[in-house]
Amino acid sequence: MKYVDEYRDGKVARQIAAAIAEAADPARLYHFMEFCGGHTHAISRYGLEDLLPPNVRMVHGPGCPVCVLPIGRIDMAIRLAQRPEVTLCTYGDLMRVPGSHGASLLRAKAAGADIRMVYSTLDAIAIAEAEPAREVVFFAIGFETTTPPTALAVKLARAKGLTNFTVFCNHVLTPPAIRGILEAPQTGDAAAVALDGFVGPAHVSAVIGSDAFAGFAQEFAKPVVVAGFEPLDVIQAILMLIRQVNDGRHQVENQYIRAVTGEGNRRAQAEVAEVFELRDSFEWRGFGAVPASGLKLRESYAAFDAERRFTMPEISAADNPACECGTILRGIKRPTDCKLFGTLCTPETPMGSCMVSSEGACAAHWTYGRFRDHARRAVA
Amino acid sequence: MSSTIRRRRLDLKSGRVDLSHGAGGRAMAHLIDEIFHAAFDNALLRAGNDQAAFAIDGGRMVMTTDGYVVSPLFFPGGDIGSLAVHGTINDVAMAGATPLYLSAGFIIEEGFAFADLKRIADSMGAASRAAGVPIVTGDTKVVERGKADGVFITTTGVGVAPADLVLSSELARPGDKVLLSGYIGDHGVAVMSQRQNLAFETSIVSDSAALHDLVAAMVAVAPQGLRVMRDPTRGGLAATLNELAQQSGVGFRLDEDAVPIRPEVAAACELLGLDPLYVANEGKLIAIVAPEAAETLLAAMRAHPLGRDAALIGEVIADDHHFVQMTTSFGGGRIVDWLSGEQLPRIC
Repeated sequence: MKYVDEYRDGKVARQIAAAIAEAADPARLYHFMEFCGGHTHAISRYGLEDLLPPNVRMVHGPGCPVCVLPIGRIDMAIRLAQRPEVTLCTYGDLMRVPGSHGASLLRAKAAGADIRMVYSTLDAIAIAEAEPAREVVFFAIGFETTTPPTALAVKLARAKGLTNFTVFCNHVLTPPAIRGILEAPQTGDAAAVALDGFVGPAHVSAVIGSDAFAGFAQEFAKPVVVAGFEPLDVIQAILMLIRQVNDGRHQVENQYIRAVTGEGNRRAQAEVAEVFELRDSFEWRGFGAVPASGLKLRESYAAFDAERRFTMPEISAADNPACECGTILRGIKRPTDCKLFGTLCTPETPMGSCMVSSEGACAAHWTYGRFRDHARRAVA
Repeated sequence: MSSTIRRRRLDLKSGRVDLSHGAGGRAMAHLIDEIFHAAFDNALLRAGNDQAAFAIDGGRMVMTTDGYVVSPLFFPGGDIGSLAVHGTINDVAMAGATPLYLSAGFIIEEGFAFADLKRIADSMGAASRAAGVPIVTGDTKVVERGKADGVFITTTGVGVAPADLVLSSELARPGDKVLLSGYIGDHGVAVMSQRQNLAFETSIVSDSAALHDLVAAMVAVAPQGLRVMRDPTRGGLAATLNELAQQSGVGFRLDEDAVPIRPEVAAACELLGLDPLYVANEGKLIAIVAPEAAETLLAAMRAHPLGRDAALIGEVIADDHHFVQMTTSFGGGRIVDWLSGEQLPRIC
């Protein structure tokens, strides 16, 4: 597969791994957070952990849109889908996400709700056009990467004069979440590990640009290396981070130059700005309310906002109190530190957000890496 | 299936199945005669009984049954009919057996076009003749519109295995080798490419094929080296190996670089966010074999057209946790876990 295989070359990976082993100072620890679920997945899927020296540790961040969507918003979507006139269109990964009391879109569908999996916002528009008697709602989630397609769909719906298409908007922003991690309380049980740097988002950065991270890098004196989602991208970014730490630098570096520029995709940014505006605050599963971290439709597009079209009372629902997702997402604990991990909480029966999608820290460890726990125990 | 009426009564070009075609009367007799008997014609079926009776030679009887609900009904490289023949033949063959006969049960939705039904029946007839495994008895039901999705087919197969050849899923043991007969993921991707909401252009065709001849070639060279054979259909290679790990109480270690995946399949999976290890196959087999027989069996597979791209992809290891582990192309390790939930709905 041209343009992909080049970034999965095992030989090159071993060369970079050797360079990392040489660069990493054995006298210190390196803790880096990869923000994005895409990076978490690549690390787990390709077994990158096995290629890193023991003093270089990756902390899995909250950058999985499915994982951070709060239970209440899932409950709201389920209620919406249960209305007889509504056809709810959703990306497939949301289907199994558990809401309150074991409810999910998958179960609601089985019980008769009209819920359809789509691969693109345009599929939802096509359904709205083909079935004018149905109220077609697109369940919009995701970071800056999936927001421009939602913006385009809304504009397209207006251009086509569709009156039966709305968006249930749950789009969130990356920079406020990273800030939330860096400003996390440093006391008591929640004493955060000292992160030495970030592997910055790939696709998100293609939209917002790598300059968007310059602020934190300076303010918190943490290096950021924006990296692609292929495994070679990730391992190269780790090497770049180690070199920055060793040099005492804290810059934003761009490993993903084949897709990311400093300023990002201006056109996409403009489309998003035209259709969406900031919410005062939005709840992140595992984090709680994060100020100025979510988007809603502007007043001028109110006709396409499902939260205005339908009566949708806000629902707030708490995670299982034993769930450690909040601390895992901040890098304070590891999946195996949670007593629910692998017992009550598995990918089949996820209790917390990190187990929900294969990009979540717990699901990635369970699915790809749990053999290491047994190996470690056997050695101990 | 009982009818000897010969006059054409069905409008095969534009006619449709209605509830009378499942009611047991003359209309049903016409349907069976003009579509199914015409397509499957053989002496046992022609006898027109509600069952087929036949003599078998010494050995162990093997019997299996499988339902087919694939959507769409027609896809590149096959259709629900050829799939229903190949899939059941393969389940018999995985016991090391020679498949002898098939039965076919049809659940047809009211309104289904005769032309499509005939196309499916003809495809089944052609597949069964090519495999040398006749369809000797069957059943037809028609259900109201909305109670089925076009047509569902269930086939049952019987066969005979040599008395001293025992292949079973609990027989894998540490040190055994894992052989795979060729490229994985072709069937699932070919079917996906035809989905209405997903249609994409691809040159990939389903690998749907009857594997009993390949199995016979393997049994011929090293019957004592064969421990387990399975066709990795729904859930793909990953599901099959996880099942075997549980059933045999062992683990597996695979080598990612050794697993044959076509670039087109890898690309389609990349696009759709799928892992080819979990995508269905309908013309591939996995054989767990004694280490000393691995080379001989691999050579026999590669000498057969359906095993030309066969590869040794890993080995059985001792593992109390029954993990299927894989050394990635990066040299790291990962688990190839059970699939959580559904990856692809209804592809077989």
